[in-house]
Amino acid sequence: MSFPEIIVLVTAILLTITTAATPLLLAAIGELVVERSGVLNLGVEGMIVIGAVVAFVMAQITGNAYLGALFGMAAGCIFSLLFGFLTLTLVANQVATGLALTILGLGISSMIGENYVGQAGAKLEPIAIPLLSSIPLIGPLLFDQNILFYLSIFAVFGVSWFLFKTRLGLQLRAIGDSHGSAHALGISVIKTRYLAVMFGGACAGLAGAQLSLVYTPQWIENMSAGRGWIALALVVFASWRPLRVLAGAYLFGAVTIGQLHAQALGFGIPSQLLSALPYLATIVVLVIISRNKRLTLMNTPASLGQSFVPDR
Amino acid sequence: MRIELERRPSHSALFSILSPFIALGLTIIAGIILFTIMDKNPIDALYSFFIEPLTEVWSLHELAIKASPLILIAVGLSVCFRSNNWNIGAEGQFIMGGVAGSAIPILFHEWNSFLVLPMMLIMGMIGGALYASIPALLKTRFNTNEILSSLMLVYVAQLALDWIVRGPWRNPEGYNFPESRSFELQAVLPELLPASGRANFGIVFAILATIVAWFMMRHMLKGFEVSVLGQSARAGRFAGFSANKMVFFAFIFSGALAGLAGISEVSGSIGRLQPVISPGYGFTAIIVAFLGRLNPLGIFAAGIILALTYLGGEAAQISIGLPDKIARVFQGFLLFFVLACDTLIHYRVRFKFTDRTSSSVEGA
Repeated sequence: MSFPEIIVLVTAILLTITTAATPLLLAAIGELVVERSGVLNLGVEGMIVIGAVVAFVMAQITGNAYLGALFGMAAGCIFSLLFGFLTLTLVANQVATGLALTILGLGISSMIGENYVGQAGAKLEPIAIPLLSSIPLIGPLLFDQNILFYLSIFAVFGVSWFLFKTRLGLQLRAIGDSHGSAHALGISVIKTRYLAVMFGGACAGLAGAQLSLVYTPQWIENMSAGRGWIALALVVFASWRPLRVLAGAYLFGAVTIGQLHAQALGFGIPSQLLSALPYLATIVVLVIISRNKRLTLMNTPASLGQSFVPDR
Repeated sequence: MRIELERRPSHSALFSILSPFIALGLTIIAGIILFTIMDKNPIDALYSFFIEPLTEVWSLHELAIKASPLILIAVGLSVCFRSNNWNIGAEGQFIMGGVAGSAIPILFHEWNSFLVLPMMLIMGMIGGALYASIPALLKTRFNTNEILSSLMLVYVAQLALDWIVRGPWRNPEGYNFPESRSFELQAVLPELLPASGRANFGIVFAILATIVAWFMMRHMLKGFEVSVLGQSARAGRFAGFSANKMVFFAFIFSGALAGLAGISEVSGSIGRLQPVISPGYGFTAIIVAFLGRLNPLGIFAAGIILALTYLGGEAAQISIGLPDKIARVFQGFLLFFVLACDTLIHYRVRFKFTDRTSSSVEGA
């Protein structure tokens, strides 16, 4: 193989990794903001799958993949309000409500998508950025991508800036660490948490749109395939820090693509074992990250998962 | 309009009983709206969903077949959830129980003894319990979040089952179909009343598990330990209870029951291993546990109701052409309403219609 051929091959592999990593990154960065505000939304899987089906169906109806993605985002956001209403207004148990959101999302999505299974769909085409996209290797990888890839990278740095450089971000983190004190300071705990939950829903909806408009441009029942749960694990892995989510998502993207290539090559390993690798890797990574109890406790938003009822 | 919550001085006994019924009522209303949107007569749809399966003897048998795994799993989960351990992976433990219990009838299919069936059931329970002890071990030893680890293990179990029925345990005389050999008679869970329908001993196990769990939670120190540690780990420590041992107890108890449900399903109603052995019982059981308010007796009733949604889904598909997916939507709605109505037990809900001029609208 000559050098240019190797470059082409490496670029192709790295491109598939970005495609596998982007939905994880989008969902995880949204959930990170939710958890930083002290809310644990286990319904990521449900919001992703709702986003995926709505994005696909609306892209088919309107004939425009961008409109599809927009509707997918809106659907994830609206769907997350159901979680918000129950856990924030009615102070229902967050773990149970998140599960309910996942179960309902999987049910509703398979009903909506029933007549669309197997249809070839519209695809979000790459947008090449002039000049930059012609750089070898880096060009096609970073500057000749679809809009959701650009958005996912922007979201990481945007969220990082928001959380650590803005007043509102500071307030959000304060709520997540001690909602009682934040309330006493006059910060509106419930309102901020609603906004955070909606942001998480919108991001998960976009992650779903990426699956049904970029990754595999069609609707497949349960196509999220546990990515919502992996995104939740990524947030823990990243110790609730945006840039580490970026690293984690790409690590998992690489594992996913690596096992696909290994399956293609055979090696005599059962394909099921290779398919299980991303899930096993999630467990291993969680074990390594959470091992140090004190460090984990220090990083975790202190009010995570606790309901808040303001005193009157 | 704003919604304000006011904590009740003590929990409302009235609403503890009423809330599941309110939730059921709301689910039915949601169903009527859904059916109307789908252009079906809601009365017909509700009839074929919730009444028709109850009108014939054979379908009551089918109800028992669907209800028993749900009840078995949910009873185990209720103890687990009460101790504040979140085992979300019952689906995986169900599968592993089915696989472990099937080892005898597949590997030693010529062995004919009255011991076969009891050993299968015990191995099923051990398989489920061992698989459930993985997240327990990771939680106690490495502080790993049990929600995520137990859920990831569901995907792993599904793939393991897929591998074993396509690979080592595939029926050698099965023309390459991805399934194991069919179980011999001595390995099949007997039917209760073969004259009238298919219901098997699974429902007896469900009844026994309900009684055992109810007795334990009500009359035994272990049940008290579960509740105390679940409500406050600190209080439990002062009482001399070990939180770590409780994690193992909760996971092994729920895993064993899920495993028993798995092998009962494989042996009693499928008769062989195949790539998919559960229509999501392990997840639906979570709804059953909450609808039953984490009380074994309530769970028994809730299990029958959720089993009805499975049967009703099939019936409505045949009789009025509704997609069978609608059962899962119903199940999801039901859990939402159950969780929402539980708020009524601890809080008074006030609707405020007056506008407040200040901008801090906490409840909006």
